[in-house]
Amino acid sequence: MTKYALLACAAAFAMAGCTTTGDDGDTASVSSKDWDAPVGADGNAPFPSTYRPYPGRPTALVGATVYDGRGKRIDNGTVLFRDGKVAAIGDASLSTEGYDVVDGGGKFVTPGVIDIHSHLGDYPTPSVEAHSDGNEATSPMTPEVWAEHSVWPQDPGFTRALANGGVTSLQILPGSANLTGGRSVTLKNVSARTVQGMKFPGAPYGMKMACGENPKRVYGGKGRMPSTRMGNFAVNRQMWLDAQAYDGKKRDLGKETLKGVLDGEILVHNHCYRADEMALVMDMAKEMGYKVTAFHHAVEAYKIGDLLRENDVCSAIWADWYGFKMEAYDGILENAAFLQREGACVVIHSDDVNGIQRLNQEAAKAQAAGRRVGVDIPDAEVVGWFTYNAAKAMGIGEMTGSLEPGKMADVVLWNGDPLSVYSRPEKVWVDGALMFDATDRKRRPVSDFELGQPGEGDVK
Amino acid sequence: MRRALTIAASLLALASAAPATAQDVAITNATVATGDGSEPVEGATVIVRGGKIVAAGTGIAVPAGMQVLDGSDTWVTPGIFATVTSLGLWDVGAVSESNDTRAGDSPFSAALDVAPVVNPSSQHILVHRSAGITRAATVTLPASSIFGGQGAMIDLGADPNAVTRPRAFQVVALGEYGGRLAGGSRAATHTLLRNALREAGSYGDDARIPGRSTRGEIRTGDDMPIDPRMTGRDTDRADDVLLTRFDAAALVPVLRGEQPLYVYVERASDIRSTLALTREFPNLDLVLVGASEGWLVASEIAAANVPVIADGLDDLPQNFEELGSTQSNIGRMVKAGVRVAINAAAMENPRNLNQYAGNLVALTRIPGADGLSWGQAFAAISSVPAAISGMGGKAGVLAPGATGDLVIWDGDPLEVGSVPVKVFIDGIEQPLDSHQSRLRERYRDLDLSDLPKAYDW
Repeated sequence: MTKYALLACAAAFAMAGCTTTGDDGDTASVSSKDWDAPVGADGNAPFPSTYRPYPGRPTALVGATVYDGRGKRIDNGTVLFRDGKVAAIGDASLSTEGYDVVDGGGKFVTPGVIDIHSHLGDYPTPSVEAHSDGNEATSPMTPEVWAEHSVWPQDPGFTRALANGGVTSLQILPGSANLTGGRSVTLKNVSARTVQGMKFPGAPYGMKMACGENPKRVYGGKGRMPSTRMGNFAVNRQMWLDAQAYDGKKRDLGKETLKGVLDGEILVHNHCYRADEMALVMDMAKEMGYKVTAFHHAVEAYKIGDLLRENDVCSAIWADWYGFKMEAYDGILENAAFLQREGACVVIHSDDVNGIQRLNQEAAKAQAAGRRVGVDIPDAEVVGWFTYNAAKAMGIGEMTGSLEPGKMADVVLWNGDPLSVYSRPEKVWVDGALMFDATDRKRRPVSDFELGQPGEGDVK
Repeated sequence: MRRALTIAASLLALASAAPATAQDVAITNATVATGDGSEPVEGATVIVRGGKIVAAGTGIAVPAGMQVLDGSDTWVTPGIFATVTSLGLWDVGAVSESNDTRAGDSPFSAALDVAPVVNPSSQHILVHRSAGITRAATVTLPASSIFGGQGAMIDLGADPNAVTRPRAFQVVALGEYGGRLAGGSRAATHTLLRNALREAGSYGDDARIPGRSTRGEIRTGDDMPIDPRMTGRDTDRADDVLLTRFDAAALVPVLRGEQPLYVYVERASDIRSTLALTREFPNLDLVLVGASEGWLVASEIAAANVPVIADGLDDLPQNFEELGSTQSNIGRMVKAGVRVAINAAAMENPRNLNQYAGNLVALTRIPGADGLSWGQAFAAISSVPAAISGMGGKAGVLAPGATGDLVIWDGDPLEVGSVPVKVFIDGIEQPLDSHQSRLRERYRDLDLSDLPKAYDW
């Protein structure tokens, strides 16, 4: 798609830079305190995951450079996985007996790539109006909507993210037209007939919020509140006060989500560009008793790295996007590096069907910018920006995002250094099942939509 | 603060160190890529004199007395040539009053001319100069009609004269986007385009423009006759015209083939229909832009000798005219003999051109995929777009007589994270600072102990 369409999108609605997510740490399942998420008449949480790992072979990746996702690098390393879980990671002395051995000589192994900010499925391709399901832009507060109800599992974008980007998990967020956009959903990047078949078992929900230009433009343009940044905050604060008063006796979908946030069970992912606004949001969260897990886009995060560290809020960012809207005017290449310098949490995100295929390259760009200003960040830590840090901020860091025994065997074998433009995923496993293999023409998912179309099953 | 002051001082020094006149300089011991499609050569020398490239390669003697820069551990290439862009036409995309890329409410379309409105001080020009882009094609986008207007060739030098060639090409959108602009159907684009070119032909006669074209025979190329009602030269401008006088006049050089027509088109069948236009309008100088399904008709594009400015990495069915899109599109077209440049408009910013080129090299290691060699990939962002832009042999290449546009990089320029350490345009070393570099310097630390950040400058 050429830029005329992109510019039109930015001018009309800025859909592109629209959603944000984040989470607060290792807490995969948050303490339920005195309030439990409502269940259906069958006693289950609604729309439960039906995802089951596909069969896999006990596999030993040997001879590769291994990045574990948490800052460790092993040269000539060995990664063992079986029954869907990482069994061991270590040097060449690990026994591979009982495993199918894959020679990783000259290659690299990382955890599966994780995108904390995607709209695949809710803004799928083809991006026709009939598919535009990412923003319930009829009210500035829609905590009652759930992104999973918009996800079209046949979106071809999932397959590209897997094959070209090595993406094994991703968070699908509502868009940023609304101050409170609704619940996100975390998916395993495994093709399925239903969204339930992709839902990441045990992942906490997120809730999308948005600061700044988008909500005030969308609703101000309709002659209603909010039409200013101060209006944004007024609407938000009243929403939290109303949510605090909710007693749970009569079911209310929106209040259930907000209550989940106040109780720490649902993680707030807050689209926000400007430093001053992020600081205000963090104070609003303190006032109202919730936590922002991550600011998404956060192009000015580098101006307040200290505040973000002190408040334990991640910044989910691009490497080099800038200038497409007023609140993105101060974007700089050093954003990630300056955050890292302050000890704040960095996640590289895409918010884009193309960018999700190259999160590793975006991270490498941000790393290089740091190196030039004297902030040297080792490759093994940079890999964490698009693996473990993302998992942590999505509340699934205990289950995936790093290569540690007992964790899900979500693994990418790269045909070269993942921080090089010249490298691509060669094989991708999800829960130990080989879901993509560049050397096997048929080991590649093809969406229903693409059957019988020009280029069906092409390398893409 | 102390550090900030030091930095400010060094920035001043840097600015004053960049002379406003062309330097005679030799760069030695560098890895040099000439941009002509050949592979990079290590330990090579580039000599620039009087604003022009004198020599590039190995075994070149440095003239006595010439300033020598040691290029060890660096790469030297021609400046990147970005096409198609909107550089110099906007400040903030979503701030409409700062954005001159579209004139949807204008009564004019083809007549729009960006030459008087390109802003050489645009931050995007500064940012992209520091990213190694030295020249670009820049143009408004189709908005009020299928015609986008007349694009200019610009250089990104730090001087008031950005436009090197005004009215260098015309833009027209066919396909889905053009169909919406034309009234709701691809059929309307073709009718509108034909009508416009007929009106232009008639305008040429009426206005008695010197050197007007002599009209060729109407060719159909097959046994399908052209509707005679749409071929006549007797269009009466007085009561049956759609174009304004200016728009009709603007299309006269397109009709004559004196100004290339950049056709925005994606679908294979739309590409075929575009190539077929030359049967009716034999002088058209076509360039395809986008062409996501170009690989499906690569041999036909090659046979027509029409160059392509192709979307580099589109691989999704973004819409129904890109169902066949694949990252192998460019590789397959090049293999079929098509001249292909990477479209700078199909990425977040034109400064991603080298990253996109690098990705095409990566494809050569993927079974079943078609990519480009390093040399081919670099040519797709240097000599090929320069040639499409009418600057073949003069820009995008390190060859004797070419303009002294060159970039010294801190590493492989197609690798993510590599950036220029020096940029020369017409032999003049360029400043590399911008709003972004100033923010970078201000926020090298968050020390507020003495004064607010606003005093760090």
